[in-house]
Amino acid sequence: MIAPTTTIELRKTALNATHRQMGAKMVNFGGWDMPVEYPAGLLQEHLAVRTGVGIFDVSHMGDIRVHGPDALAAVQHISMNDASRLAIGQAHYSALLYPQGTFVDDVIVHRLAESDFLLVINAGTREKDFYWVRDNVKGFACKAEDVGDHYTQLAIQGPRAMDLLARLTDANLPAIKNYWFTHATVCGLKQVLIARTGYTGEDGFEIYVPSDPTTSEMVWSRVLQAGAEFGIKPCGLGARNTLRLEAKMALYGHEISENITVLEAGLERYCKFEKGEFIGRSALERQKATGITRTLVGLEMQERGIARDGYNVLDSAGRETGYVTSGSYAPYLKRNIALAYVPPDFAALGTTLAVEIRGQAAKALVVSTPFYKRPKRAA
Amino acid sequence: MAYSNDRKYTKDHEWIKVSGDSGTIGITDYAQHALGDVVFVELPKVGARLAASQSLGTVESVKAVSEIYSPVSGEVTEVNVSLANSPETINQDPHGAAWLIKVRLSNPAELGNLMDAAAYQAYVADKEKEATA
Repeated sequence: MIAPTTTIELRKTALNATHRQMGAKMVNFGGWDMPVEYPAGLLQEHLAVRTGVGIFDVSHMGDIRVHGPDALAAVQHISMNDASRLAIGQAHYSALLYPQGTFVDDVIVHRLAESDFLLVINAGTREKDFYWVRDNVKGFACKAEDVGDHYTQLAIQGPRAMDLLARLTDANLPAIKNYWFTHATVCGLKQVLIARTGYTGEDGFEIYVPSDPTTSEMVWSRVLQAGAEFGIKPCGLGARNTLRLEAKMALYGHEISENITVLEAGLERYCKFEKGEFIGRSALERQKATGITRTLVGLEMQERGIARDGYNVLDSAGRETGYVTSGSYAPYLKRNIALAYVPPDFAALGTTLAVEIRGQAAKALVVSTPFYKRPKRAA
Repeated sequence: MAYSNDRKYTKDHEWIKVSGDSGTIGITDYAQHALGDVVFVELPKVGARLAASQSLGTVESVKAVSEIYSPVSGEVTEVNVSLANSPETINQDPHGAAWLIKVRLSNPAELGNLMDAAAYQAYVADKEKEATA
């Protein structure tokens, strides 16, 4: 249970000292020294986001700006969703694909202006993604810029996120629809990007403020102050992971990777074949014709035990048939859940499978996903 | 926290409190803190025979699975069954209500290999220094 010591210098966000002062447990995540949980603990952090509000430092996420006359054509070429359908001020979920139809990374594409896009990418793949984007937009009249170090990115998530943020900004928050964004004054800082996005399955916002430590610490502490009456908790990567798992949001290196295709991952609804050419398209069309041999399912444990990443999934005869990509105790649902790849024959809802836990088969049921869907609230 | 001298400690962060030939085994406060919120506990059956340093079960937090090793050899005489439904007791009272199992010691001399409170205190202080270095 003791993390191995390492000689590699970890990267730090502008809030690193703040996290340590608050007593956070720190871990190496994709080469970044990040808080995994604060003294309140993962369970309390998770529940705060489901029932009140939480704040996450997600400045380790990368940001790539693609701008110039051919920016739209370039983004269409390197990503699977249809960026031509984005209005200025709108964002969507998409992915960068290899020619085989597998994942370089998943990404949120924001349209900042007619020919100006911001791609928000994963921390562990920042360099890889940037070089890949830069190389693949070379034939287009546009520029790809790594702007990841320009921002401290804070995620304010939970049913009270809007009530909280309303105290710190002049933006008309209710007017920002899900997956839209605006620029407004936040904590006295002008032109802050406020996006109604997140990775928790809950309502919430992500804000992008200048990455100098003084500004970052000022915004972090003002959010915590303003959130006190809503029971705000600072949240670490531990809660971020269990929240996204309950909401069945993919995590790079788990549900998606350079070995898993869009069709296998069940993300076809974000893949727009009708838009025309994009990298990975022809491989996916071939796979669509021949069919997939594995598919992502949700499992709920029926017997005692927690399925963990990498555990084998067994069929009712005890034969190895797949593997778990993410598994955990689900803090809000209070059940043990998992995502797993299995052959399509075993993917029907209600199918009884088993997960091999330390040599023992523990029964699991294929259930509908997302495991958690936030209740519709009156506007 | 101050570790009590009424018991012995292992390098894997278990404790054992001995009375006659019976030993009560649990995990230390340091261990529960390192693990985080405990949500699952798997323990052996009464009658199981354990060798010193053999896995006696697992304690899982949301994030991590941790094997628990028996500090001594012996036969399991009692299991704390209440932990199955309230594993969080391990975070709340690791040295008291959240004992894991009781064993009948088959080789009490093994206790000599374990640390007393002062030695364990120094051991975890070292670990904490490493972690913040």
